[in-house]
Amino acid sequence: MTITCQPVEEKLQNLTVEQCRTMTLEAFADTFVPGAKRFPGDVAVAGAAAGPGAVEAGALELLETPATGVSDGLADLADSLNEHAAQYAAERGIPVDRDLPSFAALGFKQRTELIETLVAPDHPEKEFWILTALFCFMAFDTAAHTDTVSALAAGHPGLTTMGFARPDPDGLWRFPDFSYGRQLARTHPATTPSGDPA
Amino acid sequence: MTNATTNGSTSPEQTDVVIVGSGFGGAITAYHLAAGGAKVVVLERGPWVPSDEFEHDFKLGTSSTRIFDFVAGDGMSVLGGNCVGGGSVVYFATMPRAPRFVFDRQGSIGRRMWPSAITRDTLEPWYDRVAEALPISRQDWSEATYPGGLWAALCDHAGRTANPPNVAIDTAQCTNCNWMMAGCRFDAKRSLLLNYLPAAVSHGAQIRPLHEVQRLTREDGHYRVHYNVIDDEDYRVTVGSGTIDAKIVILAAGAGATPVILQRSEASLGAMPHAVGRYFSGNGERLNTAIIDEDKVRDVLGLSRPGGLAYAANQIGRGPSVASWDRLDGSLPEFSRFSLEQLYFPPGLGTILAQAPGAEGPSWFGVDKKEMLRHWKSWLTIFIMSEDNNEGVFGPPPPTGNAVRISQQMLGRGNLSYEPTPQTLRGWAEADAEIKDIMERDGLARVRPWTNDVVGAYTVHPLASCRIGDDPATSALDDRHELRGHPGIFVTDSSAVPGALTVNPALTIAALAERAVPAIVSAARERGISVSYGAPAPDGATSARREVFRLQPSWTA
Repeated sequence: MTITCQPVEEKLQNLTVEQCRTMTLEAFADTFVPGAKRFPGDVAVAGAAAGPGAVEAGALELLETPATGVSDGLADLADSLNEHAAQYAAERGIPVDRDLPSFAALGFKQRTELIETLVAPDHPEKEFWILTALFCFMAFDTAAHTDTVSALAAGHPGLTTMGFARPDPDGLWRFPDFSYGRQLARTHPATTPSGDPA
Repeated sequence: MTNATTNGSTSPEQTDVVIVGSGFGGAITAYHLAAGGAKVVVLERGPWVPSDEFEHDFKLGTSSTRIFDFVAGDGMSVLGGNCVGGGSVVYFATMPRAPRFVFDRQGSIGRRMWPSAITRDTLEPWYDRVAEALPISRQDWSEATYPGGLWAALCDHAGRTANPPNVAIDTAQCTNCNWMMAGCRFDAKRSLLLNYLPAAVSHGAQIRPLHEVQRLTREDGHYRVHYNVIDDEDYRVTVGSGTIDAKIVILAAGAGATPVILQRSEASLGAMPHAVGRYFSGNGERLNTAIIDEDKVRDVLGLSRPGGLAYAANQIGRGPSVASWDRLDGSLPEFSRFSLEQLYFPPGLGTILAQAPGAEGPSWFGVDKKEMLRHWKSWLTIFIMSEDNNEGVFGPPPPTGNAVRISQQMLGRGNLSYEPTPQTLRGWAEADAEIKDIMERDGLARVRPWTNDVVGAYTVHPLASCRIGDDPATSALDDRHELRGHPGIFVTDSSAVPGALTVNPALTIAALAERAVPAIVSAARERGISVSYGAPAPDGATSARREVFRLQPSWTA
């Protein structure tokens, strides 16, 4: 059975269309940069990795930013993802929790396996899924939905996890300690007097 | 600074020379022609951003996305500048001269790709002109950044050599912030905004940002250049359009855009040379990222930083600062020669395609990738520049520009397709193996190439899509950079370079543009334009000019 968000299936009446789509998109983002569950009973975030992941880093906020060019297509994306998930579950005889959108109902391993097929080089919809995935990554790796100085000051999960350095008080980065300060290899014997390859 | 025209004007605007694009190919020709007395208009599709607007910020809409384009194709994604100054504003300013063997490359065409007139020796005086103009500086080992130093130490440990390449950076001004791709806030990077372009403007050249040229038509004895005016925030939006007539047109929109303009012009101008939009090269580029074992770096290589860290310095620096040139060996067979350069890309562009070494599940996303991101400070990324096989072909042009823009800025879908041949794949495999051999000795690191499954191959140095050569069947331009069959149209950007260079190409692109100027001046004079050749470097220096004057006794200082 295909459980999409519009129309909300009978068994999903406990969720609004918006909640259904949000849960689907969060589960999608969590597959790329997984995080710890945000609260007991968190379904969208599967808890496959320690610490916050793409969802807590702001993936949905970035995806919903009009400048990305993908925000208008998110509803279709969620519906399509659930259709793929329902088909995936049906083909494998995986029992589906009918209170959940189909993709979120899958376990993390199953979500990952499905996503691997959708982003594979030969999948006809590959570009669509990868484009969306890029923004999920960017939310974690760069906090592109907010200014970087503020994101760091607020302890942005991705930048903090990666150890991105704090800026100087004027909001600019400078690294006065930048070099081992000594020659660490022989230079190529054929280097020209101008310092170029021969 | 801008002089936008719109539809509806009754008499078309006229000038002597229109230059499309303001990167190396546009800025250098604009300077010399304006200094020589020609009326020059430069149309640049991107914004004109002053250095105090170069931000240290990843937020969409800041300079990170305003001045940078990422155009995804079918099997190849092209990254490049999109602003006044072009690639020079976003690049890492690494400026090696191309190795001698490069000029004898044949690729798969069974003859030398380069025109017989161009060798390393004949290009040297033009390299010198650029080196004086920017200027280009030698790097001392004391200026090698931590990532560069670590790469040198790894090479040395593996019995290889390593070099700090020459750069167009004032290292005394540089803060090693590694925000170069968003523009240099400190004016340490000697982009074209600091030399050729202001000198061109001082000689009367007009630079019009946010003017995206779509096509050329032929009018009575001159060319008409058709452009759209682009919104300064949402590049998907066209806010005007216009035309300007010129006797000479110089295309320098970059290897990802110049052929598209010519494709779109074919209906009016007539058939284009076969090589327009073909033979595209990604400069054989590919990346590997390693996770460094900090303890081993201290214990095996003996490296340490003040405060006790051994490395943990991925974020520190200015792009590349050390390269391995051991495989730039002309005695090796073609497609087996490459350089390996330490490199930093900022998060996002520099993280998404990296693959977790040893991952059991998916390697570019998921649990293992997130674990890899936890060690980001200990990453060391190595950039391969090898010999690809000019596999790229441009399909039918999009409605406007060189891509269908997806995002407000930066991200677009282009018409380039690229399917690497076994020769290119072999070069990449040999380079990957060399990197692995160097980095994984004694457990110093775990390394893996970036995936090509997500956006195809990728390049920050697109080349050769409208190349020079002696053979009309395989080159779009003659050795004077004039478009075959279309006199008065010249191409002076990276698309003119015949093939992969195995090193960073900016200096070679710039040297070729310098070399092209005298012939363009001659063509302009033949069309009645009052212009001469002989300007000094943009700051007035003349020693390199003296050297090129020896090439042609009729030129006088």
